[in-house]
Parts: sequence; C-alpha cells; structure tokens
Amino acid sequence: MILSGHNLTIGYRDRVVGNHLDISLKAGEVLALLGPNGGGKTTLLKTLLGLLPPKGGEVRLGDRPLASYTLRERARRIAYVPQSHGATFAFMVETFVLMGRTAHGTLFSRPSTADPAIAARMLERFGIAHLADRPYTKISGGERQLALLARALAQEPKFVVLDEPTASLDFGNQGRVMREIRALGASGHGVLFTTHDPNHAMRAADRAFLLRQGVHMADGEVRTVLNRAQLEALYGAKLAVFQDRESGEDAFLPR
Amino acid sequence: MARSSAPGFLVSFLVLIAGLLLAFTVGRYPVNLSDLFAVISAKLTGHTPNVPAAVENVIWQVRGPRIVAAILVGAALAVAGAAFQGLFRNPLVSPDILGASSGAALGAVLGIFVSLGVFAIQALAFAGGLLAVATVYAVGSAVRARDPVLVLVLAGVVIGALLGAGVGLIKYLADPYNQLPAMTFWLLGSLAATGPSDLIPLFGPVVLGTLTLFALRWRMNVTSLPDEEARALGASTGPLRIAIVAAATLVTSASVATAGIIGWVGLVVPHIARTLVGPDFGRLIPAAALIGGGFLPLIDTLARTAAAVEIPLGILTALVGTPFFIWLLASMSKTWSVE
Repeated sequence: MILSGHNLTIGYRDRVVGNHLDISLKAGEVLALLGPNGGGKTTLLKTLLGLLPPKGGEVRLGDRPLASYTLRERARRIAYVPQSHGATFAFMVETFVLMGRTAHGTLFSRPSTADPAIAARMLERFGIAHLADRPYTKISGGERQLALLARALAQEPKFVVLDEPTASLDFGNQGRVMREIRALGASGHGVLFTTHDPNHAMRAADRAFLLRQGVHMADGEVRTVLNRAQLEALYGAKLAVFQDRESGEDAFLPR
Repeated sequence: MARSSAPGFLVSFLVLIAGLLLAFTVGRYPVNLSDLFAVISAKLTGHTPNVPAAVENVIWQVRGPRIVAAILVGAALAVAGAAFQGLFRNPLVSPDILGASSGAALGAVLGIFVSLGVFAIQALAFAGGLLAVATVYAVGSAVRARDPVLVLVLAGVVIGALLGAGVGLIKYLADPYNQLPAMTFWLLGSLAATGPSDLIPLFGPVVLGTLTLFALRWRMNVTSLPDEEARALGASTGPLRIAIVAAATLVTSASVATAGIIGWVGLVVPHIARTLVGPDFGRLIPAAALIGGGFLPLIDTLARTAAAVEIPLGILTALVGTPFFIWLLASMSKTWSVE
C-alpha cells in the first residue's frame, strides 16, 4: 500500500504554503521530512493525513483518493502522532492509549473486551506498562511521546505520521524514539516524520524529503540526499561535518 | 480497567443520600428519621403508616416534589457542566457558556412582563434557552475558522451579552411593584414554587439528555483531545459536537425553566466528581449526576431554613461555591493541568 501526494498545492484558506509537491511513502519505508521553520513541513504532514484538504492536486491512499475514505476508515490505516503536549484532563495512560481503538468501534460503543488487551500489548511494546494507571499529565515528556506512539499503534495502522517526534526530548529519549521509528519501519509500517535535525533523519530514515519555502528541493536515499552542500542550501547556514570513527557515519552541526 | 473507582462512587452515593435525608427531615416542620422511614416503607408495602397525617403530608406533598426537582436540577446542571467542560477542553466552563441561561432568562422575564401564567413562563424560558444556543451554534458555524471551538465560545459570550441587555431592558420597563420582584426572584433561582406538576416537563428532558450524553461517553473522551487528534483517531468531531451541545442544552434549559438561574453547580460539581473518579466520562457522568443530585437538595434545605424568608438558591450556591472553588484551585489542580 502506498500513501502519496500528486502535484499538491498545500495551504490554508487564504494562504498557499507550497506548490507542485509530489511525495510518496511505501509500507515498510521510513521517510523523513526536513526543512527550515515555516517551510511547510507541518502543512504537508496534515495534508497527507487528510486533516487539511489540499488546495490543488490529490492525496491517494492505495488505489483510492484519501478524500473518499471516511474518518473511521482513514484512522484504521493512518495514525497521527502529534507533538508531545500537555493535556486538559488527566486521563490514565491506559485510557489514553485505549483511545487509539476508537475507529474500531461505533459511535456509541465503549472499547470492546479485546481492546484493552491490544492497548496493554502496545504499552508493553514501548516499555511503559508500569505507567498504565498513572495520569497522562503526570508522566515525563519522553514517556508521553511513548504513550502517543502506543496510542498510534493501537489504531493498528499501515502508516504512522509523526510531527517532530524528537522535539523537546532529552538526548537519551531522542535515541529511544528514533529506534522505535526504525522498528516501526522494520515491522512493515510506512513511517513519515518531520524533524529539525538531519542527524535524526540520517539514523532513523530510509529516505529524506527536503522542503524549502514550500518548494521541493530534493528527495531520495538519506545518504545521497543529506550532504553538506544540500543541507547548507536547505537551511541557508554553514555546517560542520563530523565522522564517527567506529561506524564511519557522518554527523552535522550548524556552525 | 485501571485504578478502582469504587471509593469515589461510594462517596458520591453518600452525598446523594445525605442530601436526601437532610432535605426530608430538616425544615419548619421537623420530621425525624424514624417517621421518614415509617412513611416510606408504608408506601412501599401499601400499609398505612403509624404517624400523624401532617408528617405524611409534609413528606409527599410539600417536600417530596421540591426535593425531586432539586435532585433533577442539580444532576442536570452537573452533567451538562461536565459535558461542556469536556467539549471545550476547559475545566472553567459552566453549562451556560453557550447562552442557555441568558436565553432562558430573557424568555422568562418576557413571560412575566406580558403577565403569562407559570407554565407559559416556564415554556418560554425553555424555548429561550434552546433558541439562544441554536443561534450561538449557527453563528459559530457560519464563521469558518481554524479553531471552531474557540469561535463557538466567543459567539456564546457575545450573544449572551446581547441577551443580557434584553433582560436589562425588560426589567427597566417592568412594573417595579408587581413584575420586577418576580423577575428578580426568578433570575436568582428558586424551587419554592415547585409542585408535582412541574416534575414531568423537567424529568423528560433531563433523563433524555443525560442518557444521550452517557451513551456518547467514550466519544466524549476522544473529543476532549485537540480537534485534529480526535479526527485522526476517527471521531467525526462536527456531528458529535452538535449532539453533545444539543443534549447538554436540553437538560440545562429544562432545569433553568423550572428553577431559574442557579450558578456554580455546573462548574463546581464536575470538579468534585473528577477528583473522585477521574476524567473518564463513563464514570464522570454518573458521579457528577449523583453529587449534583445530592448537592442541590442540601443547598435548597439551607435556602428554606437558614432565614425567616427563603434565600434565593443562586445566592447560596455562589456563597458556597466561591470559597469552595478557590480551595479546589489551590489544592486539586492535579486532576487537570494546562501546560
């Protein structure tokens, strides 16, 4: 199954953010979306999720336009992991993850007997089973990101779309979330995430899509696309490139 | 499910029982507990109770209808408050946020102004509440914005202010000796005039609205998340919002039409319920109904007995509610947090 955007014009009611965008994501593939602030990353993300209608072009999921899916059908195929946030009400982490099962029930239904088992399995998968009966508002930022991931997977989706999953996390948790993203790809999910750190794209993604001021700059395999010249052009800033002695992998720092 | 909610529900039940017992026994004509139980068990078994007829009369004819009305109104306001707080993702919201109370107020003072009968005044208040919220909703939907919930709140504030001006105008024009006191008394909230015939127009809408909200309890959990997240989880937030607003407005309008404007119950009781059983609407709605249903008979008993004249309910709920809410803000902020 493929999630793809064809000749997309993206933006809001009175404002066009990007033009002529072609993007595609296969199941089992991890795609990183990179670009400077205000360049249209989040807008493109929301368009591909179907949360924002495209102003031109078409988003397709499998062999149908995304717009032809109902919200419920869509939620069983694409999961959205928003930026980790505070919540108004202190739902238990278990209840929070259980909300991922909403699209599998009907308007009036509570989660069925099978649903808590699925939620529990997801909590287990991300190593946060011990937080099940803690309020979501009382766990750390890293734990919240994992709870959001668990909720997304409880949807049993084909695709997982994450908005800056490593933002506001400490170093250790950044690594943790990147490993989970890799694991999602390995387990056959199509994963799309935005990031401000090319190193994260380098480590967690198969492909990278570079977006500058709403214009597609490059996309392709991370090791060919993410190089000094390309990144300096993307961010309009000088970079330093370092090499890890053991793995020989490149890492980038802004100068 | 996680952590047991049994202790929370036990406390909620105790509040209801305490409210009932106090409301039946305390008053200008005190009824002792054993007489109360004798009368009730006699009614249940079909015997004639061994108590003075006056006691029976006080329980079934005088206090009974008033207490049942207080339970229904208290439960209705608490459930509507919980629903609106979830819908607007804001724990400071009360059931009149969308203008239900101001619409009902305008309907009622208009009814008093043109000297209608009690039942017509109630009907006009009920219709006023529904109409005000429908208008707010129509305005809110006509303005297409990124944050539909915020627009809805602002539309509610604006139209509520307009309706308030209408109430002010009618009070200004009203006969200061006959009509104005009646209007003022109604606007401050009271159950003093409640009789058995008031219970049916109250019971139907309150039960219907509450059951609708309870049926939607899981979806209400999901709708209390940010809009885009809820949609990405597969909840169609638009139609759901209409259903929640309609159900909550139905119960609010019915209770305002019967009892006048009683503030604070719909704001404070959901907080207490949330501290006791958590924010999951599957538990929150029943707990709020129990506590609200116990709280208002308690307040109403105070209204009947604290002074030589009846004290309007709205004044008492404000007196009790304000310090309680400040205490809640200081000590219980752990159950909700906006970071």
